[in-house]
Amino acid sequence: MASTTLPLASGASAICNSKPKIRFGGSSNVGHLLRKERNSPLFTTLSTGRITMAVAVNVSRFESIPMAPPDPILGVSEAFKADTNSAKLNLGVGAYRTEELQPYVLNVVKKAETLMLERGENKEYLPIEGLAAFNKVTAELLFGADNPVVQQGKVATIQGLSGTGSLRLAGAFIERYFPGAKVLLSSPSWGNHKNIFNDSRVPWSEYRYYDPKTVGLDFDGMISDIKEAPEGSFILLHGCAHNPTGIDPTPEQWEKIADVIQEKNHIPFFDVAYQGFASGSLDADASSVRLFTARGMELFVAQSYSKNLGLYAERIGALNVVSSSADAAARVKSQLKRLARPMYSNPPIHGARIVANVVGDPVLFNEWKEEMELMAGRIKNVRQKLFDSLSAKDKSGKDWSFILRQIGMFSFTGLNKAQSDNMTDKWHVYMTKDGRISLAGLSLAKCEYLADAIIDSFHNVS
Amino acid sequence: MAMRRAIGTQIVERWSSGLRCRSMSLCFHGIEPAPKDPILGVTEAFLADESPHKVNVGVGAYRDDNGKPVVLECVREAERRIAGNLNMEYLPMGGSIDMIEESLKLAYGENSEYIKDKKIAAVQALSGTGACRLFADFQKRFLPDSQIYIPVPTWANHHNIWRDARVPQRTYHYYHPESKGLDFASLMDDIKNAPNGSFFLLHACAHNPTGVDPSEEEWREISYQFKVKGHFPFFDMAYQGFASGDPERDAKAIRIFLEDGHLIGCAQSYAKNMGLYGQRVGCLSVLCEDDKQAVAVKSQLQQLARPMYSNPPVHGALVVSIILKDPNLKSLWLKEVEGMADRIIGMRTALRENLEKLGSPLSWEHITNQIGMFCYSGMTPEQVDRLTNEFHIYMTRNGRISMAGVTTHNVQYLANAIHEVTKST
Repeated sequence: MASTTLPLASGASAICNSKPKIRFGGSSNVGHLLRKERNSPLFTTLSTGRITMAVAVNVSRFESIPMAPPDPILGVSEAFKADTNSAKLNLGVGAYRTEELQPYVLNVVKKAETLMLERGENKEYLPIEGLAAFNKVTAELLFGADNPVVQQGKVATIQGLSGTGSLRLAGAFIERYFPGAKVLLSSPSWGNHKNIFNDSRVPWSEYRYYDPKTVGLDFDGMISDIKEAPEGSFILLHGCAHNPTGIDPTPEQWEKIADVIQEKNHIPFFDVAYQGFASGSLDADASSVRLFTARGMELFVAQSYSKNLGLYAERIGALNVVSSSADAAARVKSQLKRLARPMYSNPPIHGARIVANVVGDPVLFNEWKEEMELMAGRIKNVRQKLFDSLSAKDKSGKDWSFILRQIGMFSFTGLNKAQSDNMTDKWHVYMTKDGRISLAGLSLAKCEYLADAIIDSFHNVS
Repeated sequence: MAMRRAIGTQIVERWSSGLRCRSMSLCFHGIEPAPKDPILGVTEAFLADESPHKVNVGVGAYRDDNGKPVVLECVREAERRIAGNLNMEYLPMGGSIDMIEESLKLAYGENSEYIKDKKIAAVQALSGTGACRLFADFQKRFLPDSQIYIPVPTWANHHNIWRDARVPQRTYHYYHPESKGLDFASLMDDIKNAPNGSFFLLHACAHNPTGVDPSEEEWREISYQFKVKGHFPFFDMAYQGFASGDPERDAKAIRIFLEDGHLIGCAQSYAKNMGLYGQRVGCLSVLCEDDKQAVAVKSQLQQLARPMYSNPPVHGALVVSIILKDPNLKSLWLKEVEGMADRIIGMRTALRENLEKLGSPLSWEHITNQIGMFCYSGMTPEQVDRLTNEFHIYMTRNGRISMAGVTTHNVQYLANAIHEVTKST
């Protein structure tokens, strides 16, 4: 900001009380600034007529602000976009792609949007808790419409900004009403979980989950760590299709997890981002949540429609809090609203309407179930093809069958950071540095190429 | 803060043995029902009222002369172009580049050198609320010793936002109850007395809730004094276009500050001026010294947004960018905004005339002096309660009337009711 001459407001009458405004040596703030520093970047001059004085220009307070690191997940897509190599493959963010590797807008979504356009509904503010029709169907989809907790009004449901926003609301609620309580995250977990609880100022620690030796679940470690946690901790569980590992507990294991959580008076906190995407069945994928609810446990569930309805960018999800009475649920809901208001006032309407229309209409709902099965089916086929390619090409005898056992959108390859870097640098395969690949971004056609890349990275890079 | 600690203490006291909650119902036992939001709670009450005469002049959402919500033509057209065509992939973390570009042009000027020189760090935000909240969080993280000066009165949620961001608040004089105008002298005193380098929240136009804006000359004075004190101006611009009908004119305060060389922050909202309330579209911008700094600041704003909602919703952003990038749609929008502002100005005149015709002993010239969606009537909470209980007229208890809810059909009824409850004042 080089020195410039600023014209003072014209007209003496503009100046308050008609007193001359410029005082030399008056205020101590200004006094020491009275120098004619014409070319200093720190000063500019104000003049009226022949009177000139120097005042400090706003030097930016943001001088020392460092560049934030690229987001480990969303940053991958940005890097992918910048890559000009024709072989490039984006297996970073969990966004479903067709076999042609194109984004996919579900047919039911298009139909819902057409309906909405025809109806010409208004765009008024939603209530803070979101669209009532959406809140109703989302709770029913998750718990089952005939679930007693739904029937008896024991669920506080509030529309949130997809999974992230719903988790953040829960974090803020925990910080305010359960001060000092800890959240336990699986090791590993979705990278943004820790950011959410950090920014919510909720302490967190990890429970063992992934066992690299078996490329499976470290069940004993998990149970042990949950037992160790201070009573009344929040245990963050992935309802289905664990992100990033794709490793889910079996139904028997879920029962044991519920046992130890009850024993320690912990609070189960489910993150359900892939309902329908894991097995292809919406009901089957909700079975872990329903198991816990059936035991009369109070719990939190964050939902997202980003993947299963392809509504990524609409930011539509929900936070559900199951309590033991309708009265408590009402009070909890009112406090969740109080947390949302200074965050964004009320949630965005568009995605909520789409979900309400699809899930609330029997015809569209059935069509959705079919599309869901197709999407999940494509991923299962891709898993199979990837496994077949790896087994055929890899002569080392390494067992790649974990790929078939993992479930959902992702595969945890077991590649370390250096190996993952090799995938990107040499093979232009974009993935997250924890070794996670999104099978939703893989086509049957590319499986062989990917197998080559994985084999090379695994064996030739350490 | 104290309340939070008090609730925490309540809960901790229940666990005298040092154990945590035995069951969540016991934990939830200590959770009080939250008080109704003073603004959004009004609409809830209105909706529940069955009286055929009920009038909602509570929340600031535009209504046409039939009291119906309006979806702008330009918006409908934009939506026709969007429906089912574009995919719904995640936006970049900072939001829609197109929408941001257009928003900056609106706020900083079509040909702003700051835009050309890429000196503005800007991200798409969840309407005005989200923009203010992001900035408050940014302040907390990078300028932890700073506080925010907030005018008295202001939109109630401003206090909630900076409080939940844990940035200490101070207030500055603004509204002059006797004149129902600006308390300029006290405002200037507060600016002068604040420690150098303080952060101030300024309503760029159409002050909410009072409708009282500084004149152009007064803005220049304020800007000058800000320079002297090195204060940071943060503009909340929720009504650009809605105040005078002309977005350029409504941005005048911001332009004055930019001319004077201030580095500003700005929250923009498309809730009112494009009628996109429920879509939650807005923009947060921070003018930096150079492009490098702008990149760094933007990256940190994204970093704050990521654990809040990951990335912003696409639909409203698409609507905004389609409208603003298409010259025909943009001029349609400008016409429609002017239409909305004109209707409100017409209603101000009508309400004032009706009250004067009724022979009210009070002066009502503030109704037409004030600007934008709101009129600070000067009524007391008790008078407002009477309006609600006796006349089924819904408004916030601070006496704020949303002129957007006034129509040719209800203005007389409203004037009568106001006269009834104020005539013995």
